[in-house]
Amino acid sequence: MSTAKQALVRSLRKILPEDAILTEAEELQPYECDGLSAYRCRPWLVVMPWTPEQVRAVLALCHEGGIPVVARGGGTGLSGGALPLENGVLLSLARLNRILAIDPENRIARVQPGVRNLAVSEAAQPYGLYYAPDPSSQIACTVGGNVAENAGGVHCLKYGLTVHNVLGLSFLTVAGEEVSVGSGGLDGPGLDILALMHGSEGLLGVVTEVTVRLLPFPESVQVLMAAFDDVTWAAEAVAGVIRAGLVPAGLEMMDRVAIEVVEDFVHAGYPVGAEAVLLCELDGPVTAVEEESARAAALLRQCGAYDVRVARDEAERRRFWAGRKAAFPAVGKITPDYYCMDGTIPRHRLAEVLTGIERLSRRYGLEVANVFHAGDGNLHPLIMYDASVSGELQRVERLGDEILALCVAVGGTITGEHGVGVEKLDGMCHQFDPQALEQFHAVKRAFDPEGLLNPGKAVPTLTRCAELGGMHVHHGNLPHSELERL
Amino acid sequence: MDRTSELKETIEAAIASRRPLCIVGGGSKNFYGRRSQGDPLSIAGHRGVVEYAPSELVITARAGTPLADLEQALAAEGQMLPFEPPRFGPATVGGAIAAGLSGPRRPFTGAVRDFVLGVKLLTGRGEVLSFGGQVMKNVAGFDLSRLLAGSLGTLGVILEVSLKVLPRPAVELTLSREVAIDRALDTMADWMGQSLPLSALAYEEPLLYVRLSGTERAVASAADRLGGERLAEGERFWESLREQQRPFFTEGNADLWRLSLPPAAPAPDLPGRMLLDWAGAQRWLRSLEDAQKIFRAAADLGGHATLFRSRGARHEVFQPLPESLAKLHRALKEAFDPHRILNPGRMYAEL
Ligand SMILES: Cc1cc2nc3c(=O)[nH]c(=O)nc-3n(C[C@H](O)[C@H](O)[C@H](O)COP(=O)(O)OP(=O)(O)OC[C@H]3O[C@@H](n4cnc5c(N)ncnc54)[C@H](O)[C@@H]3O)c2cc1C
Ligand SMILES: Cc1cc2nc3c(=O)[nH]c(=O)nc-3n(C[C@H](O)[C@H](O)[C@H](O)COP(=O)(O)OP(=O)(O)OC[C@H]3O[C@@H](n4cnc5c(N)ncnc54)[C@H](O)[C@@H]3O)c2cc1C
Repeated sequence: MSTAKQALVRSLRKILPEDAILTEAEELQPYECDGLSAYRCRPWLVVMPWTPEQVRAVLALCHEGGIPVVARGGGTGLSGGALPLENGVLLSLARLNRILAIDPENRIARVQPGVRNLAVSEAAQPYGLYYAPDPSSQIACTVGGNVAENAGGVHCLKYGLTVHNVLGLSFLTVAGEEVSVGSGGLDGPGLDILALMHGSEGLLGVVTEVTVRLLPFPESVQVLMAAFDDVTWAAEAVAGVIRAGLVPAGLEMMDRVAIEVVEDFVHAGYPVGAEAVLLCELDGPVTAVEEESARAAALLRQCGAYDVRVARDEAERRRFWAGRKAAFPAVGKITPDYYCMDGTIPRHRLAEVLTGIERLSRRYGLEVANVFHAGDGNLHPLIMYDASVSGELQRVERLGDEILALCVAVGGTITGEHGVGVEKLDGMCHQFDPQALEQFHAVKRAFDPEGLLNPGKAVPTLTRCAELGGMHVHHGNLPHSELERL
Repeated sequence: MDRTSELKETIEAAIASRRPLCIVGGGSKNFYGRRSQGDPLSIAGHRGVVEYAPSELVITARAGTPLADLEQALAAEGQMLPFEPPRFGPATVGGAIAAGLSGPRRPFTGAVRDFVLGVKLLTGRGEVLSFGGQVMKNVAGFDLSRLLAGSLGTLGVILEVSLKVLPRPAVELTLSREVAIDRALDTMADWMGQSLPLSALAYEEPLLYVRLSGTERAVASAADRLGGERLAEGERFWESLREQQRPFFTEGNADLWRLSLPPAAPAPDLPGRMLLDWAGAQRWLRSLEDAQKIFRAAADLGGHATLFRSRGARHEVFQPLPESLAKLHRALKEAFDPHRILNPGRMYAEL
């Protein structure tokens, strides 16, 4: 142990119980990476406080010593946001996992940041209430991590992202000062720092308490599954449903590759051989769901679905969803490795972009499965590869980069929900010009002048962009313009 | 018309001469916030819908576009601004975002900031920056677009904004019934805890008003379940509430306060008359009580207060911030507007 580290550990022991400090190699190893295992780093030190007061003390101590700190929730992040540092503290919030209050009268829950997403709904269930944001990782990811990533799930088309479902936050600044934003009502005084904290990837503060909004269970839920023999039609059906004034609770799509893999894995009853499957969930009062399901079914047929099935009962509804929810692990079964992309596009460019991804996939000779949140244009192309083949990861990264450039070129963004982390720093150079990036840095400095919170993540330095030759993609002025596009 | 370069030059000149600017949209909100200082910077003329794709549920417009124009374009496609900002007068899109105020639909579909997807912004350094975009999900970089909602022009001039819109419900129906004010809160909480097609819930003594929105049969069956008198011109009621044309707002001399509270919070111990909106989470108070007492009462109940309209002095309009939060406000101001050119003092004296 270096002397600096020894000194820090000694100071930490004065403010934390013994079991809150991990220093041994085998204790540190599980924290080497988050959900994006391609990036790893053995943490210098892991600290796991039990109380917000201990978190505060750790931050104050690190701030005093100029030691960087990376917050970590469930470690399910997919962009390396919780990647540790060689010379800083990995601050795990996992032990701050108490549900502090469920207030059915005001339909809110106050929770600590390390509470798992699904645990909130479980605790609210006896009151007929639930917490709407449902990232697929909801059994493992934490509410604090959801705030930091502004996580969304299949229901966010209708019920919004994390930012739409959080009413208040307490966080600690880098210096350990407590700040509360929002309120028990629907807004707070002053600037909307509550909104700013969402998606800030642990760069602005460490979230120590979250007040979330709870909703009554919908009286009725129905799911339709529609099969198409042309991806383009499925994409148009998405636009058609929304244009007709329906706001489904979820609208998810899978392409041929994904359907086959999933069907093999969970036997969800998907029509193997279809080029695309759409799942459309409607919820609300019984009568509304009946009327809307009938309309949706008719619309989907009009848009070219050759088979539309309405789940006959709860068991079938669950089975339809089981396939979608198991898509990632199913792909994981058939390929040694896969790389999950995350970009958002305007819905009306869906067909174009899918065709483009297919063309790129052929050119790179790498298979891509598409499972995604079609209702909000959030794509998750899964690139299958074998990391043990030398050079293949680099090829995957190039393909991934091209897919993201495509998203930006059609008016979309390089990340819809997984965040920038370390993974997409270069993508940021494509999407933002230097002045905008400098504005991000200015905001970062407003919260953390010395840059000690999660340094090196989320916002690239201008030098990095310059070295990359990254430029602002503007009016089709693409990087690699010599390459074939749509 | 796009007036970006002209607005940018005005800011640069203001920086050079150190003369603050007061951003004026439609000027419909001069009564709101602390008094403006500085030379007027009019956004008028910087208008027009830039892009509108109904199947995307997104509309992009320049900040000086009258709200009325925007709503007309949306209505023609059967869509709406879900946060229901007041429609009357010369109010502009930029002003509505900067003011960040939302109408009766707020608890059911969301606030102004919830529908902001992207902005083009002119900072106090005279830089034109774009953040966010036109897609529903986007976590690239800090969410500076939503931060601008409700910032009252203190961080930058909003040049253009992309907003998520929603389809208009097929049917809307308003019911009213007579109840005592303390019963009103209970009833609202009870209904809010059920799966009902609600879209507004307000109480103006002695009547409780509920608006139902959705498909025909869903609205009809909810109406049967809830009971009460059907209002022939329901929409008229919500409009007069939203635009503060009801006698509660127009009669008398008392200050108009807006209390934002947990919906089930008991009535604050303050003298004056009260009107409830947002299912109890937004309460309007006509009172001559001292500002400090009102701020304290709101904070004690877990919320905050705003002096919305007053004939008197407008020094303390917004709930005072604790020092840790105030410090972040000053730092953010510095990050966007280091020369303090834009709307200084409009929100807080030091902002
Ligand atoms: C199988 C799988 C499916 C997924 N599906 C989805 C999905 O549908 N939608 C979606 O949005 N995401 C999804 N994700 C990504 C991931 O689950 C989310 O980003 C989640 O919000 C991360 O939460 P976490 O607690 O695991 O955070 P971590 O991975 O621990 O951390 C993520 C980031 O948040 C910061 N952070 C964590 N806690 C705090 C805190 N208390 N204060 C400040 N900063 C903090 C970290 O520093 C880091 O930058 C999926 C991941 C997996 C593995
Ligand atoms: C319940 C309720 C009642 C309301 N009652 C009224 C009412 O009675 N009368 C009324 O007029 N409004 C009322 N409003 C709100 C109002 O209609 C909107 O906020 C309005 O759209 C303001 O627009 P404006 O263009 O007139 O703004 P202005 O009055 O011109 O400006 C408002 C604020 O925004 C700033 N601003 C304006 N444009 C920009 C820009 N482009 N970039 C940055 N900052 C900018 C200004 O500097 C100022 O601080 C009410 C809202 C609610 C929720």
